[in-house]
Amino acid sequence: MNHFTEEQRMIQQMVRKLAKEKITPRAAEIDETDEFPWDIVRMFGEHGLLNLVLPEEYGGVNANNTTLCIVIEELSKVSAACALTVFTTQALTNVLVRGGSDEQKKKFFAKFASGDKICAFVLTEPNAGSDAGSIQTKAILDGDNYIFNGNKVFITTGEVADFYLVFALTQPEKRAKGMSAFIVEKGTPGFSFGKKENKMGLRGSPTVELIFEDARVPKENILGKEGQGWKMLTEYGNLMRTWGAASTSLGIAEGALDYATEYAKQRMQFGKSIASFQAIQFMLADMAILTEASRSLIYRASSMIDSGTEQQSKIELMVSMAKCFTTDAAMKVTTDAVQILGAYGYTKDYPVERMMRDAKGVQIFDGTNQIQRVIISRNLIGKI
Amino acid sequence: MIQLTEEQNMIRDMVKKIAKDKIAPRSAQIDETDEFPMDYVKVYKENQLFKMVLPERFGGINANTTTLCLIVEELARAYASAPQMLVTTGAVLQILLKAATDAQQERFFKRLEEGTQICSFALTEPNFGSDAGSLQTKAVVDGDHYIVNGSKAFITSGEAAELHLVFVRTGGERAKGISVIMIDKDTQGFRVGKKEHKMGFNGTGTVELIFEDARVPKDNLVGEENKGWNLLTDIANMMRAWGAGCTALGNAQGALDYVVDYAKQRFQFGKPIASFQAIQFMLADMAILLESARSLIYRTAYAMDTDGESFNDIETLVCMSKAYAADVGMKVTTDAVQIMGGYGYTKEYPVERRMRDAKSVQIYDGSNQIQRVVIARNMLR
Repeated sequence: MNHFTEEQRMIQQMVRKLAKEKITPRAAEIDETDEFPWDIVRMFGEHGLLNLVLPEEYGGVNANNTTLCIVIEELSKVSAACALTVFTTQALTNVLVRGGSDEQKKKFFAKFASGDKICAFVLTEPNAGSDAGSIQTKAILDGDNYIFNGNKVFITTGEVADFYLVFALTQPEKRAKGMSAFIVEKGTPGFSFGKKENKMGLRGSPTVELIFEDARVPKENILGKEGQGWKMLTEYGNLMRTWGAASTSLGIAEGALDYATEYAKQRMQFGKSIASFQAIQFMLADMAILTEASRSLIYRASSMIDSGTEQQSKIELMVSMAKCFTTDAAMKVTTDAVQILGAYGYTKDYPVERMMRDAKGVQIFDGTNQIQRVIISRNLIGKI
Repeated sequence: MIQLTEEQNMIRDMVKKIAKDKIAPRSAQIDETDEFPMDYVKVYKENQLFKMVLPERFGGINANTTTLCLIVEELARAYASAPQMLVTTGAVLQILLKAATDAQQERFFKRLEEGTQICSFALTEPNFGSDAGSLQTKAVVDGDHYIVNGSKAFITSGEAAELHLVFVRTGGERAKGISVIMIDKDTQGFRVGKKEHKMGFNGTGTVELIFEDARVPKDNLVGEENKGWNLLTDIANMMRAWGAGCTALGNAQGALDYVVDYAKQRFQFGKPIASFQAIQFMLADMAILLESARSLIYRTAYAMDTDGESFNDIETLVCMSKAYAADVGMKVTTDAVQIMGGYGYTKEYPVERRMRDAKSVQIYDGSNQIQRVVIARNMLR
């Protein structure tokens, strides 16, 4: 993209190189074992990828939305599961940067300064998925602490993370209007981990249950004021879909397209490379069109966020469109990549079946594509 | 990445107003009669829109690709046929600006002032559509003139153009024997032939051009002899982003605008149909497709305006913009008719026209299949 800054191009090159040299050789194994790749995550820490949005004095680069898109896209070309750790970590630090108080920033930035801290974003509950406004986990003020009780599920990077951005009800009778956002540290008494999900894809990125049983969280860990949780979520949290789910999907689609294109040039049938057949050429062209349309939509939405020139409602619309479109595009592109590789593509000897399984996950997480359409049509139609 | 300039915002507002006041009210009638809309010509002349790509010294505004996109999108949002005479004229003027001599520019631009100011871009022949490199209209030198024989087919704006930019064969076979010459509508031996009776895209003056020993001054050759193909691939094909691409985009946006309002008004089962998720999701998907097409087009325009990417990458983006926007336009307009049900299928409402118009964009200006051939060729290079 020719509007990137010099610094963004440098970061892109660096991450591309790291992904190719360090992650590519491990990607299949990480998927197979579903083990959290501590070696890769340590490498992220050494290169500042867990601190991107922090100010320079804390080891960050003040990354804006577009920079985060670039990093996640590059990592996801090779391994979406590895990118997810950067995603959930930046999800917390990003909300902290935008919505935290000066004291909170100082306190937590100092804790993150070592560069190796992992974070998680904690919203979903067993009975509150798309209907996130109906969460039931309670955080009731008791002296200097909030007392947490409840269960959270499908928490990406759970258990391995050091810090958790948790949405809970401080005034349960007000439902979504009584929701607040907190930073909860691992090791907090009464805060433990339950079942780890055995997933179809995105393996190696742990998805776990969190359990709060009279967990005591210091009251200064609340972000903003009581009752501002929903605002934090919609104003700051939802924007992450551009560099989170959308850029993850873009990377997955690109990885699959690149692989299928190279394969088609090498694979001989009927005495010619299959890339010489128009049937294959048109599949590749359509996959490339969807991928470039995804990229255009993501970086246009991201540019709107960074420049601050558009209204919040327009940005919300663009973000939901970017999430929905790119994940659907990635599903189509990866499915066709498996098709082009034929039976080989269906085996674990080649990476495209993993990419197809990973793509399915992104249609579901970070607000299902159905919820994105609800948001989009609400913006489009207005009050009826 | 796409921060519009003050001037671009002003131009868009101006065109929006023209579209609303002058273009939209006549659209159904023009579609019905297939007349060439001379009232549109008058409005465009008054607002200098034919000359938009020209530098200021020729009365233009030096419009870059992004500006052209805005103009075409806004006009097509009112009526897909409306910007076509601007597209063909803009494409010809761009070639003249880049490849014609100063003397030729003076002469042709002055000639245009004497009439409609419209140019047509004449490439396609009855037997050479996607395979344009094999065209057969012949131009043979005879003293100071070329003698031109052959015919061109499906020429948009051909009915009303003052000047036709014509691709002719002056040399050997295929792409290496092709030249570009300007042919005045008053040239002896030239006439406008059959007007096509089309499914949609009416009012665009799509005609056959017939050359029977037409005598064209040699001085009307644009660029070098037998180098005409390069003018097509280097300059003209790039117009697909703002021509066909934005036509498809604007046309479909107009359809979506219409059905969003309709869905809020139309009551079934005691509620507006916009309150049903089945309709909401159709509308959401239509909007997603349009924004993805818009993002791709404006990114492509930005790349062209800033010259920040390689020729191949820009060519690929242009082909993607054209094919994708045209396919999206077809899908969105088809669903717009569906949402309006039986009413949408009638000529009382504009969406069936938009669906018919959308079909043409998948075909003209390089079929979507040819765009994919180019995309794949660049990918597999």
